[in-house]
Amino acid sequence: MTHSTPSIRRTLRRTAVAAGLVAALFGVSACSSGSGAATGGATLWGLTGADEDNVLTPSLKDWNADNDDAQVKATYFQNDAYKTKIRTAVGAGSAPTIIYSWAGGTLDSYVKAGKVEDLTSDTEDIKGKFLESVWDQGVVDGKTYAVPMNATTPIMFYWNKDVLDKAGVDEPKTWDDVLAAVPKLKKAGVAPFAVAGASKWPLLMWEEYLVDRVAGPEAFNKVMAGEKDAWSDPGIIKANEMIQELVDAGGFVDGFSSVTADSNADIALLYTGKAAMMLQGAWVVPTITQQAPKFAENGLGYGTFPSVEGGKGDPSNIVGNPSGYFSISSAASEDQQEAAKEYLTEGVFDDGYVDRMVESGQVPPIKDIDDKVQASGGDFGATVYDLTKNAENFQMSWDQALPPAQATALLSNLDQLFSGAIDAEEFSDAMNKTIGK
Amino acid sequence: MIAPAMAFFVVFAIIPLAVAVYLSFTQWDAISDPTFVGLANWTSVLGDPVTIRSLWLTLQIIVVSWLVQTPISILLGAWTAGQQRNRAVLGAVFFLPLIFSSAAIAIAFKAILDPNFGLSASLGLPFLKQDWLGNQQLVLYVVIFIIAWQFVPFHTLLYQGGVRQIPASLYEAASIDGAGRVQQFFRITLPQLRYTVVTSSTLMVVGSLTYFDVIFVLTGGVPSNGTKILPILMYVTGFSANEFGPASVMAMILVVIGLVLALLLTKLSGFTKMTSQQEGA
Repeated sequence: MTHSTPSIRRTLRRTAVAAGLVAALFGVSACSSGSGAATGGATLWGLTGADEDNVLTPSLKDWNADNDDAQVKATYFQNDAYKTKIRTAVGAGSAPTIIYSWAGGTLDSYVKAGKVEDLTSDTEDIKGKFLESVWDQGVVDGKTYAVPMNATTPIMFYWNKDVLDKAGVDEPKTWDDVLAAVPKLKKAGVAPFAVAGASKWPLLMWEEYLVDRVAGPEAFNKVMAGEKDAWSDPGIIKANEMIQELVDAGGFVDGFSSVTADSNADIALLYTGKAAMMLQGAWVVPTITQQAPKFAENGLGYGTFPSVEGGKGDPSNIVGNPSGYFSISSAASEDQQEAAKEYLTEGVFDDGYVDRMVESGQVPPIKDIDDKVQASGGDFGATVYDLTKNAENFQMSWDQALPPAQATALLSNLDQLFSGAIDAEEFSDAMNKTIGK
Repeated sequence: MIAPAMAFFVVFAIIPLAVAVYLSFTQWDAISDPTFVGLANWTSVLGDPVTIRSLWLTLQIIVVSWLVQTPISILLGAWTAGQQRNRAVLGAVFFLPLIFSSAAIAIAFKAILDPNFGLSASLGLPFLKQDWLGNQQLVLYVVIFIIAWQFVPFHTLLYQGGVRQIPASLYEAASIDGAGRVQQFFRITLPQLRYTVVTSSTLMVVGSLTYFDVIFVLTGGVPSNGTKILPILMYVTGFSANEFGPASVMAMILVVIGLVLALLLTKLSGFTKMTSQQEGA
């Protein structure tokens, strides 16, 4: 019996160590949950890149220096990592005070689950300074739950002026021009269009514009409303047939389904002259300027998507990202919510905020800043601002507007449509099954 | 001794597994509360052609990966087991891919195989001009090649160790009996390696089943779901579509298949009856 006592003691000690370890693990995870209630100030999660560098960091530096009672502390995440992290955090009630989102289907699910605050009365006074089409995306069932916080970035039609000149092609104004340009450009040895098929969402831009030009905004509104067989709208089927016609004609660069957008390979195709044209978001221009400054200055042409003869959609319609949005978490303490409300109404889009954005080539969704944009945003900024301001309809990107389950199915089916694995009818059938999910 | 190990196993394996089982019977989007839906997720996932397709792709990856990696690893392992200096140096070089991170490997191959800016374009080698990652017929085999490139070194190491354990006396006896090198390989080396084959195959098969990182970075499942194996489908369903119920069903399918395969392999190979084949042990 003498030798068993130390062994029992050892076992006990080990169990204690194990229990301690497990407790420590839970302790660590408890500390890392985001609301940071102990500090009193509001917390904010944003995205790395232009948002962090040009917009939020300088804004918060000024804000925190002037507002001792409404401190805001920001943490930044890379885009894709943010999407998964924020969802878990919101679901678990450990979200930051200020939640960044793209509005749309995600915001709807936050509202439905009661995770974000109603900001209608707090934002009554600032509402007027925003472009209406952009502001309205943050409104769910007549109440404001999210306010715009960054640049407006519609999808733009880009071309390489030199390549088009050499092939003797003018930039297309209509869909017939597009189809006529394809054989000429191919003969000149360049790909007509660059598109990052491996990333899938750049394919969606073609779908969004063509459906709009052919059938007008109503076709997609029916999908959003959850109408039965909404994807079988003749306009959507027609648009998808046009897409496959363009694919079959060799309109897209060889191997487009292995071109990725996150490596900027599609942009590189355009500025190296391997491709003549490209449909992409307004957010790619800073990258082009950085990677190919000479081309950005002299060789880059831009405008809006060509019109379709006999189509119902107004050619002034645009699609893209109206803005990024900030909401306030219902799980935050009252003090945090107050600090956050102050920042969202007084700090976000104050004069310095707007100026810094315009200077870095971004276009704020704010009314009556034509002169500012023209003065320091350059021609591209002015074009984007005019397009946005004058758009008959600004359609939010479908993958943000739809609930996540439908958006994921949409991207997967588009990949198959572009690669010819399914035809327009099969696309509609597959998508009809997702309605109501 | 077993208490800490058990605590970790329960916290990090049993509890998550139990939660996944529970979630597979619910509808949950990670925001609102889960609602119980019975067997609805199971019938929809098992009846979906996309799931069946990804299971089929997973099976192809398992089988072809095994067929490609095993012979190469055994031959390389047997060769590098020799004590010659050049073999030791080359053995170290072969070992390199194993220490790279999967994401780095995938990004590097993606750049090399890019049809517009990759190796074929920069070196002007027309026979390399293929849309390696965009061609539905080709992409699966390209992926299998890259996986082999990454994991052959690991299995070579296993076999090298296995071969070095074979007593020299067996080979001496064989050469006295007049057996050549080829005969020695098939009569002595291979039979002596059979337990190493079991270990290596189990790791290969179960590893291929849950293979994720390289394919996710390389193709993300495109083109046309041509590389959307079950783990990637599960990720997309869970973390892009936020349908954690169906995603949990897929996780359970992976767990069951993995367990069955591992049990079958150990059972068929007589792992439980394994004894040393060497003198004096």
